[in-house]
Amino acid sequence: MTDINYQTPETHTVDCDILIVGGGFAGCGAAFEARYWGRDLKIVVAEKAAIERSGAVAQGLSAINCYMGMRWNENQPEDFVRYVRNDLMGLSREDLVYDVARHVDSTVHLFEEWGLPIFTDPQTGKYVREGRWQIMIHGESYKPIIAEATRKSASEVHERIMVTHLLKDSKDPNRVAGAVGFNVRDGSFYVFRAKAVIVSAAGASHIYRPRSAGEGSGRTWYPPWASGSAYALLIQMGAEMTQMENRLVVTRFKDGYGPVGAWFLMLKAIATNASGDSYESSRLPELRERVGKYADAKPMPTCLRNHLMLQEILAGRGPILLHTERVLDTPEKEAVGWEDFLNMTIGQAVTWASQGIEPKTTPSELILSEPYVMGSHAVCAGAWTSGPGDVAPEEYRWGYNRMTTVQGLFGAGDTVGGSAHKFSSGSYSEGRLAAKAAVAFLRDHPEPPHVADVDVEALRTKIYAPVRRFAELGPTITAGTVHPDLLYPDQGLNRLEKIMDEYGGGVSANYSTSRNLLERGMGHLAALRTDLEHLGARDLHQLQRSWELDHRVWTADAVLRHTLFREETRWPGYYYRADFPHVDDDRWKCFVNSVYNPTTGEWRLFTRPYRPLF
Amino acid sequence: MPTYVRTDKCKGCMECVKICPSDIMHIDATQGRAYNIEPAMCWECYACVKSCPEAAIEVRGYADFAPLGHSVQPTRTTDKIEWKIRMRNGDLKEFTFPIRTTPWGSIRAPQESPEPPADMAASELLSFEPDYLAVESLPTLPRKTETA
Repeated sequence: MTDINYQTPETHTVDCDILIVGGGFAGCGAAFEARYWGRDLKIVVAEKAAIERSGAVAQGLSAINCYMGMRWNENQPEDFVRYVRNDLMGLSREDLVYDVARHVDSTVHLFEEWGLPIFTDPQTGKYVREGRWQIMIHGESYKPIIAEATRKSASEVHERIMVTHLLKDSKDPNRVAGAVGFNVRDGSFYVFRAKAVIVSAAGASHIYRPRSAGEGSGRTWYPPWASGSAYALLIQMGAEMTQMENRLVVTRFKDGYGPVGAWFLMLKAIATNASGDSYESSRLPELRERVGKYADAKPMPTCLRNHLMLQEILAGRGPILLHTERVLDTPEKEAVGWEDFLNMTIGQAVTWASQGIEPKTTPSELILSEPYVMGSHAVCAGAWTSGPGDVAPEEYRWGYNRMTTVQGLFGAGDTVGGSAHKFSSGSYSEGRLAAKAAVAFLRDHPEPPHVADVDVEALRTKIYAPVRRFAELGPTITAGTVHPDLLYPDQGLNRLEKIMDEYGGGVSANYSTSRNLLERGMGHLAALRTDLEHLGARDLHQLQRSWELDHRVWTADAVLRHTLFREETRWPGYYYRADFPHVDDDRWKCFVNSVYNPTTGEWRLFTRPYRPLF
Repeated sequence: MPTYVRTDKCKGCMECVKICPSDIMHIDATQGRAYNIEPAMCWECYACVKSCPEAAIEVRGYADFAPLGHSVQPTRTTDKIEWKIRMRNGDLKEFTFPIRTTPWGSIRAPQESPEPPADMAASELLSFEPDYLAVESLPTLPRKTETA
């Protein structure tokens, strides 16, 4: 039985100038920058876990994947824009990409000053490059180091707070006024009243059914705690979203999901089919037929490399093997190979140890992951935000940098759409950009937010409903989890993953879907949505899982609607519209955007033009 | 890979409960010791393993693909992390990597720097720029004229 006083939970009201929702890399960058420009401001971070080990970098990283090296004239921001343009099959918000690129070096230099160990060449003094954009780090403590700066910057860091909803200003429905949530440890209710809100929450794992089963379903590529709050919070406020169909599938070591970047780029390992043959070049003619000029983009876009691997596996020539045994010829390289995993995907080291794979002598299998919804890797789902004042085209600019279409509501990291390839350093930089802009917004709009008690009370009732329901209905059965009137959050999650996998282009469908499948999937999702009104939570942990499920369902809903609207296959290897199998630049070289109307419950989908920066 | 907790070592100090990003390390009410309440939501991130002062938490690879008989265990100090890896065939591998180059707590807070001039607020520069870019000025582009 629950020990929560769900009838009258204690309420904490926190008034602040800037509320930062999510203390991952983007949120940490926001706290630091907000304090620099706003010495007198009350800056509050709300975080679901503990910031020393929260977010996508909780485990650490072995590389910083976004660094220009402008001081050594290695790359300029324009070079990065061209790279991202290629990799996203032509579609990114180039003003946002450029903005991250021109600032990211200063972020990395701050990290180095703070104590992050970066591999440096003793001869040249330059950082050691893993690839053109990547530098190598000893990044086990990457997140705790960044968190230290956050603790010194923020006025307050509230941890173990599950933020469930944003608050609207009662006098201006298109302005944000704060957020509500609950403390996962003591069950108390939190009301944050803020003049500006920066959502720097996570993208989403567990939208699609994972390849691994049972216990192994925690071994997702993006962390299991990434529950799509970045999107659910904004969609429900009526913020305009973009590229929600642009989900990510990654090539990884099979089962352990160890990253491949260092192996391909630094150690120069190659991947072959089971017979030892390279397969990418022989498949180029069929690729050109499908995607036209994009087949010859250099480097080959991430999705197309996925596509070629998938075709090779479907042709019966798998498994695909990464030949680690051909490159680990010195103890130093062996240490680099193991450290790559121990710093960021320890589970891959466990996979090698348990399966008896000695990488010096044995190649490893590669596989394509289940899809993820996020905005900071080789995809860019998220909110449609205003761009930087000096370079953004007019259509991409309506005021403050990184502000969404809702007044006072800013985004950073996974939250911001169209802004791909940020990774850790770029997400931190985007948090800084959003925070500086939010401080400027505050100076122009110093009035306190209007929060209606009736709105807060309605949300309080709603948030605790799953524990109330369990207390009332749980005892009507003898024991166990099978109940005619209650759905538990893990059961709802299984349903969501099955719907998305089978109808929305998951692994069991080889990432393929169509109008008919999508429409049927949307029907099943609507039924799941009504079943969320029957969620039961036996404790606070399950209450957290209940609201994470709610956020995932909002995210999935947007994914299906966007995928249905875009009648082409823009990113083969991420997903296929089998009824529109080709890239169609004439009709679809544009953004698919959506707005949910919280009053009517209706979605509106439309296109926005793509404007190249140069 | 899911964590488990050694009964003879755990003192119920709550460090793992405080740090777990997935909220799955909880204290068992009858024993007063920690355990993993939801292995299927464990990312094997090792945050709890690294935080445990008693070295009571270990990891056993996911049952759906990892055969038994292995161990990957770290010891983390203020400036380095040591890994001991026992392969399924008994082979042992050991690696040590640095984690930080400066003392913990030494980061300079942004408010310790002089306040920026008021006119900087409207510029495109972030804090400590352009100095920390290590180039002369922040790059920009001429705005492209809209074309039909």
